[in-house]
Amino acid sequence: MNQKEITERESYQKLVEERAPKSPLVMDCLKAFLVGGLICLIGQGVSDFGEYVLLLEGESIPAFTAIVMVFLGALLTGLGVYDKIYQFGGAGAAVPITGFSNSVVSPAMEFRREGLIMGTGAKMFTIAGPVLVYGIGGSVIAGLIWLMIR
Amino acid sequence: MADNKASQILLAPNRTGAQTLIFHNRPAIASCAAIAGDMEGQGNFGEHYDLILEDDLWGEDTWEQAECKMFEEVVRLALTKENLSVEWVECLFGGDLLNQIISANFAARQLQLPFLGLYGACSTMAESLLISSALISGGFLSCAACAVSSHFCTAERQYRFPLEMGTQPTPTAQRTVTGAGCTILVQEGSACAKNVVVTHGTIGKVMDLGITDANNMGAAMAPAAADTICAHLADTGRSMADYDLIVTGDLGCLGSQLTRELCLKKGVDLGDKYFDCGERIFTAAQNVKAGGSGCGCSAVVLNAYLLKELFSGVYHRILFLATGALLSPDSSQQGESIPGVAHAVALECC
Repeated sequence: MNQKEITERESYQKLVEERAPKSPLVMDCLKAFLVGGLICLIGQGVSDFGEYVLLLEGESIPAFTAIVMVFLGALLTGLGVYDKIYQFGGAGAAVPITGFSNSVVSPAMEFRREGLIMGTGAKMFTIAGPVLVYGIGGSVIAGLIWLMIR
Repeated sequence: MADNKASQILLAPNRTGAQTLIFHNRPAIASCAAIAGDMEGQGNFGEHYDLILEDDLWGEDTWEQAECKMFEEVVRLALTKENLSVEWVECLFGGDLLNQIISANFAARQLQLPFLGLYGACSTMAESLLISSALISGGFLSCAACAVSSHFCTAERQYRFPLEMGTQPTPTAQRTVTGAGCTILVQEGSACAKNVVVTHGTIGKVMDLGITDANNMGAAMAPAAADTICAHLADTGRSMADYDLIVTGDLGCLGSQLTRELCLKKGVDLGDKYFDCGERIFTAAQNVKAGGSGCGCSAVVLNAYLLKELFSGVYHRILFLATGALLSPDSSQQGESIPGVAHAVALECC
């Protein structure tokens, strides 16, 4: 690429950046806060239900909460509602565990037509896979460091 | 080097300038048809479509089968509308956005017509019109069908994410149009020929100014659109005054604005004689960010609206460009920039 072409590319990319409509950052943050907060509020309600109504104890309370929230995320994905919540709430719907559930269930549904093995089975973790790889990998490394310094 | 060309190569008589073909023996439109999805049906050209799908699956088991059915049906519809027989078509030209252009290939299997599959991403409608016009003009074909299709659901799963996966479109993102369009071309003077002919075709160059954002394809394609418009005008010696309308395929809001600016830099003011199908196909209330995309976008607008306006003489001469972003999910993830291409055909009411 000669100097003229590089200049042309740079000036075009600058023009695109100037002209491109920007995301409404403040509004998006507010929506994410509301949706994320609401999901966490429901999660807290489930947790309290486990603790005070079902009389669960210790680590079984967060486990119960996670199971129920993952189920709700999967159910809303199957009913075709979760993607609409996400469109409104953005990261507020992505970060809670319900978002993780959505990212596993949606490819499982989408690729069902390619069969249970090479479709659902193989494609189920195409989106959530990296979260698992680096989440589990990161926790192993953190565990080893903790083992060495404590 | 350039001045050596004429001494080395015998120059073809039906060309003008660097990129443009002149069809002295002008192919005429015999029929056209457009099928659109339900969301497109609620858009700006809703009343013009020949058929609007009630749901995206259209009675099939998969989205791919539904798209293939649209492709097949739009060809049959264009023919039956004017009492033409499928067997009269001597070659079918067309393509779609899917890997191995399966919608077009599988529809051609059903139609049992000689078939040339084309892939020019979203530029395929203009590409197929251009090639078939050249073959008709050259006396190799007497009747050709040009068809393309795209489907929101098949494009999403191939290029982006599963449908039920939550995503938030960026302000520059476009929505793939569910739709298929078909134009039937015949030799001028045929009994079934209508009053619209193809006079020129301009073959576009692949342009790339380094846009890497797959959610901003309008910006990736705008340089190609501007280049082809300016090349066409330079090659033919025409100006904006010679056209009633210049139409681009699916640049969207940002891409069409950039095209205007790039053309202006080259001394061509598109003014109010320009519109982009992607920008117009949906209404503002439908909230589709930068507009529509996909090869169905320009195809349905051309076959449902523009050709009818030409038949009725509302427009006398238009330049139709379809614009394609030449990317794959793999090339995008490998950090490659997105090249664009735009082909143009000049249509004239006679």
